[in-house]
Amino acid sequence: MTQSEWPLWEVFIRSKQGLDHKHVGSLHAADATMAIQNARDVYTRRLEGISIWVVESKHVHASNPDDAEAFFDPANDKVYRHPTFYDVPASIKHM
Amino acid sequence: MQVAPSETSALNNYVPELRQQLFHYVLQLADTSLILGHRLSEWCGHGPVLEQDLAMANIALDLLGETRSLYQYAAELEGKGGTEDDLAFLRIATEYRNPLLVEQPNGDFAATVARQFLFDNFHYHFLRELHASTDERLAAIAEKAVKEAAYHLKWTSEWLIRLGDGTEESRQRLDQALASLWRYSGELTTPTATEKALQAAGIIPDYAGLLPKMEAHLNHVFQEATVPVPQGVFMMTGGKEGRHSEHLGYILAELQYMQRTYPGMKW
Amino acid sequence: METVEINLEEQFQARIDADISIEPKDWMPDAYRKTLIRQISQHAHSELVGMLPEGNWITRAPSLKRKSILLSKVQDEAGHGLYLYSAAETLGTTRDQMLADLHSGKAKYSSIFNYPTLSWADMGTVGWLVDGAAILNQVPLCRTSYGPYARAMVRVCKEESFHQRQGFEIMQTLCEGTPVQKEMAQEALNRWWWPTLMMFGPKDADSPNTAQSMNWRIKRFTNDELRQKFVDMMVPQAEFLGLTVPDPALKWNETKQGYDFGDVNWEEFWNVVKGNGMCNKDRLGARVKAHEEGAWVREAALAHAKKRAERAEAA
Repeated sequence: MTQSEWPLWEVFIRSKQGLDHKHVGSLHAADATMAIQNARDVYTRRLEGISIWVVESKHVHASNPDDAEAFFDPANDKVYRHPTFYDVPASIKHM
Repeated sequence: MQVAPSETSALNNYVPELRQQLFHYVLQLADTSLILGHRLSEWCGHGPVLEQDLAMANIALDLLGETRSLYQYAAELEGKGGTEDDLAFLRIATEYRNPLLVEQPNGDFAATVARQFLFDNFHYHFLRELHASTDERLAAIAEKAVKEAAYHLKWTSEWLIRLGDGTEESRQRLDQALASLWRYSGELTTPTATEKALQAAGIIPDYAGLLPKMEAHLNHVFQEATVPVPQGVFMMTGGKEGRHSEHLGYILAELQYMQRTYPGMKW
Repeated sequence: METVEINLEEQFQARIDADISIEPKDWMPDAYRKTLIRQISQHAHSELVGMLPEGNWITRAPSLKRKSILLSKVQDEAGHGLYLYSAAETLGTTRDQMLADLHSGKAKYSSIFNYPTLSWADMGTVGWLVDGAAILNQVPLCRTSYGPYARAMVRVCKEESFHQRQGFEIMQTLCEGTPVQKEMAQEALNRWWWPTLMMFGPKDADSPNTAQSMNWRIKRFTNDELRQKFVDMMVPQAEFLGLTVPDPALKWNETKQGYDFGDVNWEEFWNVVKGNGMCNKDRLGARVKAHEEGAWVREAALAHAKKRAERAEAA
């Protein structure tokens, strides 16, 4: 039965020129051509996009939630990476 | 997609006879997209897979939008104060001018794809030329509709190829569909007296000019689908002049049910 | 080992209590996963089956405008089903599996769709009442604890917002129309009012899973709370339309600042749930037929995709 099920695809849509493609959801399709057409028919019925990417879901590799602390917490104390860390005299403009 | 009536309507530029012919012709276009949209909408909720249910409804909605722009224009051409709904719902079967192809039943998915492909291949190439019509309204309607038709043709071409070059069963079903529907394809490009008059007046394109492009696309798609192009089939005509198959009556029975049962009411 | 499990469960609940959403790869209790699959797929099935009673009127819609609106609305429902099936798939099930459960009768869908649509006014009533009830259920789910579900619901609610309005507009047009039209509207309300109240499910006392679902934030209000909200919301709208809500017990209660209303016929509710509604067999039959008759289409597309891939590889 599952043999006849079309593979799952992840859909990314650029909502307007100048913006990133953003993940909007998924759908089933037999191949990439159909996945793009299906994405058009399913996810852009209300002018939601001007460009579509599709990726077969099995090709998406994700970080493991168990690694979340090791991966992301270390960035937490690097406050010096943010502009607000620095005191700039009020009289200095354009910085 | 609908097109709003233009302020600078050139309606009065037409001599009465041409205006009458144009009226009949716009009705023909409107009836065609109405009846085909009606057929496609019958699939809604019953498609082979959810994604294609949505796709067919999109095509039906495009056709319905085109239908409304055309009936609105036809109502103006008629000049009797009628509405799009009067024209869509309150005529008798022999007054509908859609070609026979579009009233054929949905059958299985292969029949729907074959019917839609034969229509889209004409519709798209026709609209591209109609865009250059001397009639501003038709040109504007064509400009909007051609983008939709381009997608429809893409969708049906892909599906025709998939079914033709898919499994043994899909191929067999497509063969059957083409065997019963091909004979309705010729009517699309066989001009009636009305169409000839409008072609002579430069209002609609000459079909002879469309044929090479239609054939080229069809040959390409059929080749990809590994399906032979049917040859020497007798072509049925008559729909565009009101001579219909029995199927139309049942479409109209549903389509007109409310308007006939409750005459003159607003919905 | 056991203590680790308990810790995970506590951490999980703590995240939910802190309104941090759960994502597909996060640890979650089995029961949470199972309950969600059941709830989301049931919702998806409702969208899918829900296409049928309204689809029943697409070819008979009384004007071209209404036809376009109705078709796009029913199409939206296909989209909503699709979003929800996709959300459920992130929990490790497949759409095929969910459909198999629907077709075998193992999975449920909203009982409201087992009632027939008999007149054009039913398109108004379904949009106005049934979608109105659905929205009350759905809006809070935009903040539900499971990320993919919440995101699907945001999309659904955004699209759904025109559904109720178009239903109300149909009703308003009928009520401002001829006496025949007004009567059509009242007759439809008479048939749909009670089944709509049943949509919120059994009374809280008969809904044992509510507490757990509320803890997990996959349900945000109880059945009775939503039912009360719905009645309070709809009665003034019915009055605006000049329609009579078919409940002799309906009465404004000053103390609770809400309406008192009569009791739902629970025997009818359970009968329809068990499969004895007017349309249970037809609805499920139509879905099974569409799926079975679509099998060769799905297979053909896969076979063709495989041929293409092989050709590309050989080239």
